[in-house]
Amino acid sequence: MRTKFSSRVLAASSVLALGLTATACGGAKTGDTATSESCVDTSGDTIKIGFLNSLSGTMAISETTVFKSLSMAAEEINADGGVLGKKLEIVSEDGQSEPTVFAEKATKLIQDDCVAAVFGGWTSSSRKAMLPVFEGNDALLFYPVQYEGLESSHNIFYTGATTNQQIIPALDFLKQEKKIESIFLVGSDYVFPRTANKIIEQYAAANGIKVLGEEYQPLGSTDFGTVVDKVKAAGADAVFNTLNGDSNVAFFKEYKGKGLTASAMPVLSVSIAEEEVPGVGVGNLEGQYTAWNYYQTIDSPANKEFVADFKAANGAKAVTSDPMEAAYTSLHLWKGMVEKADSFAVEDVIDAAGGVTYDAPEGTVEVDGENHHIAKTALIGQVNSEGLIDTVWSSDKPIEPDPYLKSYDWWKN
Amino acid sequence: MDTFLAQVFTGVSAGAVLLLIALGLTLTFGQMGVINMAHGEFIMAGAYTAYVVSTIVASTELSLLIALPAGFVIGGLLGLVLEASVLRWMYARPLDTLLVTYGIGLVLQQVARDVFGAPAKEVPAPGWLDGSIPILGYDFPLTRLFILVLAGACVAALLAVLRFTALGRQIRATVGNRDLAETIGISTRRTDRATFFIGSGLAGVAGVALTLLGSTGPNLGTSYIVQAFLVVVVGGIGHLKGTIVAALGIGLLQAFFAHALTGSVAQVIVFLAIVAFLQVRPQGILSVRTRSLA
Amino acid sequence: MKTPKISPYVGWLLLAVALLVLAPAVLSDFRLGLLAKYCCYAIAAVGIGLAWGRGGMLVLGQGLYFGIGAYAMAMHLKLADAGPGGVPDFMALYGDATVPGWWEPLRNGGLALVVILVLPALVAGLLGLAVFKRRIKGAYFAILSQALAAAFAILLVGQVKTTGGANGLNNFQGFFGYALFDPANKRMLYFLAAGILLVSILAMAWLYNTRFGELLVAVRDGEERVRFLGTDPANVKLAAYVIAAVLASIGGALFVPIAGIVSPDDVGVVASIGLLAGVALGGRASLLGPAVGALLVGYAETSLSEAFPGSWSYFQGALFVLVILLLPGGLAQLLGLVGRLNAHRGNSVGDRSPRGVPRGKHSVTEVPRSASEEVAAR
Repeated sequence: MRTKFSSRVLAASSVLALGLTATACGGAKTGDTATSESCVDTSGDTIKIGFLNSLSGTMAISETTVFKSLSMAAEEINADGGVLGKKLEIVSEDGQSEPTVFAEKATKLIQDDCVAAVFGGWTSSSRKAMLPVFEGNDALLFYPVQYEGLESSHNIFYTGATTNQQIIPALDFLKQEKKIESIFLVGSDYVFPRTANKIIEQYAAANGIKVLGEEYQPLGSTDFGTVVDKVKAAGADAVFNTLNGDSNVAFFKEYKGKGLTASAMPVLSVSIAEEEVPGVGVGNLEGQYTAWNYYQTIDSPANKEFVADFKAANGAKAVTSDPMEAAYTSLHLWKGMVEKADSFAVEDVIDAAGGVTYDAPEGTVEVDGENHHIAKTALIGQVNSEGLIDTVWSSDKPIEPDPYLKSYDWWKN
Repeated sequence: MDTFLAQVFTGVSAGAVLLLIALGLTLTFGQMGVINMAHGEFIMAGAYTAYVVSTIVASTELSLLIALPAGFVIGGLLGLVLEASVLRWMYARPLDTLLVTYGIGLVLQQVARDVFGAPAKEVPAPGWLDGSIPILGYDFPLTRLFILVLAGACVAALLAVLRFTALGRQIRATVGNRDLAETIGISTRRTDRATFFIGSGLAGVAGVALTLLGSTGPNLGTSYIVQAFLVVVVGGIGHLKGTIVAALGIGLLQAFFAHALTGSVAQVIVFLAIVAFLQVRPQGILSVRTRSLA
Repeated sequence: MKTPKISPYVGWLLLAVALLVLAPAVLSDFRLGLLAKYCCYAIAAVGIGLAWGRGGMLVLGQGLYFGIGAYAMAMHLKLADAGPGGVPDFMALYGDATVPGWWEPLRNGGLALVVILVLPALVAGLLGLAVFKRRIKGAYFAILSQALAAAFAILLVGQVKTTGGANGLNNFQGFFGYALFDPANKRMLYFLAAGILLVSILAMAWLYNTRFGELLVAVRDGEERVRFLGTDPANVKLAAYVIAAVLASIGGALFVPIAGIVSPDDVGVVASIGLLAGVALGGRASLLGPAVGALLVGYAETSLSEAFPGSWSYFQGALFVLVILLLPGGLAQLLGLVGRLNAHRGNSVGDRSPRGVPRGKHSVTEVPRSASEEVAAR
């Protein structure tokens, strides 16, 4: 028995399908402006917010901790009476470490769940993927991780450091305190390290520091034999490390194995925080430098409470890190903005954002209403024998965010 | 010459890693024809075994030496369970095995994530592997030297088992001609299981060794699995010697390209080179040339 | 075993009604957009059904072709957004604000469509020619195609300045003159994807009944016998592989305006194997199975990951194991919809290689013994 499709049926059906397609046309043309209406429900005694973190895939390693600190902040706020008298109702989605999924889930949170704001994202790619979604739907995203700068979206608040609050202070530290004359750049092969290194090169050129080499490894690469050989052969005064994730483990094990030490050739890392230290091995990291705006060891009442609460919720072994703190802070900042605006409406919140402050574990932070970043104090830390990071240098006062590096005359994009 | 020598050493030690992760596959894929995509997760299981052992054994000097056999047993047991529960029904469908074991790999990864947590675990290296020794003016890290020696030892042990033990003879007989082997009284079921146990156990050993170089996390296996299969394919299915040559060759190639270019480009070039190589010698480096039409 | 048969034509009509009438009536814009995305996967799945289900070639690297189509479309949309002579935003940000020469042809929309259709055919043609003529098959072919998808993804990640690197390409404003923010235009894209999916299924229905379709199944079940009968199996496989590649490319090209993004994660090894999940579930050798399976898997992934964040890995893993182990013919087997060539045998779908063949000592040729005898006996 054979089922035959006559060519006539085929043709007719094709025409039918394509015809239906054609009739569905007639929407807006390119160049028209977007209009979107928020569906956020503010009538009840709860308000929905969305958490979007990778709970599976390669980035789960970092993002689950952000999810935990966001959850803690939400519980605190709810215990405190909520925001404008409404309890927070959390809708959590898994970004699965893939930009496409981040875009899809962000759309879902905004259009389907009608959340008032979304908190999350980690990698540059996840943020870039979500950016058009939030702009297109005129929704709010709070992004908690240090990043490569050169961005300032109307719909995003950046509570992590931009480059002039992390990378440039780190270079100042190396130049002023470590008196380096040469540097070697090692990074994962993606946008953040490449942009960071572009900034470092221009800084180096303007400050008489020689860049002796620039090496990129694929994300997740664990073979650093060749790279460390090159680092060793070049003999720079310091190494600037923008590697991400698992690659750090392989890099530092190889670094130590080939006899390189923190005293002879220090490595300054911008993506290794407290939670990554055990994975790399304290022995492999002790004495090396990091650049962040927050460390668990910060001696302030606000931080002591933050650390104690986090340990109470997640076990005595749990550590706190910069992105977790920035995420925790972001939820409190949103609360501050909403209360200042006395409204959950996106545009009201954005209008009210400028000047909102919060006594965060890292110190008091203030939102810049222009570029949507926050002023943060830069801290250079050194990994100690317990795997925590001690502050060894500080910018002493919060640095105003400058995502486009307009105040640095050596910067030419 | 210094940098040339450095690349040779780096390449050889990268090759040793490849050999270690591919060795188990030459048995399960090469000898039995089973495409086990969960092999990478068996490697991961070995790495987590090293972690668990290091939390139990107080002495970091000893824990690695205890973890190696423990990793072999854990990897092997996982292999046995996989063989007995799933693969035995699928010998007639090798390509389907690939997808089934991929699914099992996914589950194992998520199990690791849920049991041990997503962040990578620290497995402290023993003190006697600290630092490096100079060979011809090149500082060879002791950890990499250890892996080189371990890979050599595994190859030797595997050869010895295949050549000199009764089990080895049964494995070779079964691989050579299953029906004939059965007629002379070999239990091919048992032989299959033993082969799979050894092959998977070697993955566990590789996992323990890899904790010396990289991180111990749920994704450990995925970063190696594609390369491991390429090594076996390039080496010629079921040829131990071919696997050795392929592993070292690919390691060297990668080291030299990575030196001259960037890591990403090197990886792409090596992949393409392998594809091109298989056009020339689809049967791998070592293989008896036949035009079998069976 | 006698199985009840539903004409695939009825099945197709049901699917058409569901996709073109029912879904737009009941689904919200957001859900319809998701369905449009699954349709893109389903288009690629239809091609995989041809190559894998009918042709026995386990195409583990279809992400390569999905990616070619997707990136060609994405590059065109970026250039179109930038306007005549303009430079896409990310190039100004990460690069030196010049458009590389190999991007330029894609400024032209018509040329972009040609690239989407022709480039994957060329790549698949060249690769297939080399591989199939050398009689590389089975696991070797699978691993090779997987390595290519891996290499492609790594290459894309490494070229931040020209491909957007790990970020991929996104933030598209328009699609051939239509603004992408407009829900009406998004519905149009849905109908386009659903329409192309339905047409491609019809095309398969026709193809399966041609001499080529019969030959393809014959090659799957007994390659050497086909060779003895005077037909070069390589050509048959090549054709199927090329068609599968073009379908994957079309799916990828539609995916870009619908999802609003393409990144290396969408084309790599994991994504490539993900495409197979639906095909396996639906029934690889059946006409409707691959498409329906892909739609179901897409739906399952979304709803399960929404209901239990972080647990999708378990479900996907279990799906592969249970379906392929227990139901190699997929849902179609359950419904008795597998084509007539397979319905008479329980698990006779796909590649076979009996144990006991001394693979180590002989050649890369895998021997489909029982199956070929079966075919010959008939």
